[in-house]
Amino acid sequence: MSDDDLDALALLHDPVRRSLYEAVAGRGGEVGRQEAAEAAGVSRTLAGHHLDKLVEAGLLESGFRRPERGGPGSGRPAKVYRRAAGERSVSLPPRDYVTLASVLAGVVDELGAEERAERAARLAGERLGRSRGGRPVEEVLRERGYEPYADAGGLRMRNCPFHVLSHEQPLLVCSMNLALCQGLLDGLGDDPGRARLDPRPGECCVALSKTNGD
Amino acid sequence: MHLAELNIAHLRGPVDSAELADFVALLEPINALADEAPGFVWRLKESEADPTATVVHDYGDHLLVNFSVWEDLDSLWNYVYRSGHLEVLRRRREWFHRVAEPYMVMWWVPEGVIPTLAEAMARLERLRTEGPGPEAFTFKDSYTSSEAASLPAAAEARK
Repeated sequence: MSDDDLDALALLHDPVRRSLYEAVAGRGGEVGRQEAAEAAGVSRTLAGHHLDKLVEAGLLESGFRRPERGGPGSGRPAKVYRRAAGERSVSLPPRDYVTLASVLAGVVDELGAEERAERAARLAGERLGRSRGGRPVEEVLRERGYEPYADAGGLRMRNCPFHVLSHEQPLLVCSMNLALCQGLLDGLGDDPGRARLDPRPGECCVALSKTNGD
Repeated sequence: MHLAELNIAHLRGPVDSAELADFVALLEPINALADEAPGFVWRLKESEADPTATVVHDYGDHLLVNFSVWEDLDSLWNYVYRSGHLEVLRRRREWFHRVAEPYMVMWWVPEGVIPTLAEAMARLERLRTEGPGPEAFTFKDSYTSSEAASLPAAAEARK
């Protein structure tokens, strides 16, 4: 944990900044000042002030979107915001599980033990699911940081909770993530077959099809 | 600069065997996915007419060759790991032998240049013997095009 991380996260203590951050992060793309202001229920000027503070702290990134109509009189490019790619974490006392997980993932890859790792992930998912017994899968996924959203009758996930590792060992980590989600569904009493790989750039590689009952 | 990429796989059986039937059936849709992927530039094809034809080469019949050029690292990474290609990759053990050596290599080429398969195989050999460097690297140990451009050999070529 660095002081920077702590300072950046402390900014979110302010309820206006927090709701602006959530409005931008929850869209999964670029959000204009007006749109963010409306979502947070504050004026455009106040929203702009706080959004820029979040950019300064590295929680958001800003850019400019050209107006759709070109030529004279089409106005200045609009300032837009999106969630910053870098991650922040604060742990007290300090903990570092990523380094160890990265080393272990490397060993699994070297041993060619992906199938064993997937079986273990499936069981871990089942345990997690059973401990949340009867709750809807969307709620459990949200709680686990996947940021699920409705898409084509099913669910997609905006966030990969294993981001750093999924870039180092995509094949292993995405397969384990799929197994974990299938186990989770099973443990919740849902249909594990709903989870499948449907990777898209910038999102979690797992998607859930709609329930069979629908 | 553009990114050239070679990967090879050791087939478990002849391309026309029952063991490889699923794989051969997937060639057309997966190659079509590559051709339409953002940042795709070129790939080595055996035939324009037959999308299931694998590249014929002099390096052994058991060796499957994928050789392509992309605009940058991200576009190739997104195709390999963030498209329908990932699901095919997950099944690789059904069709290919596991190899301990590196089986994929990347390097930077000037835009418009299509490298030869012989050069690509030499780059892979270089990666295997000398480890990753700006002239032959992997996703795990990647180099930017500016790191490659500042090499003495590249400077020599520009004279």
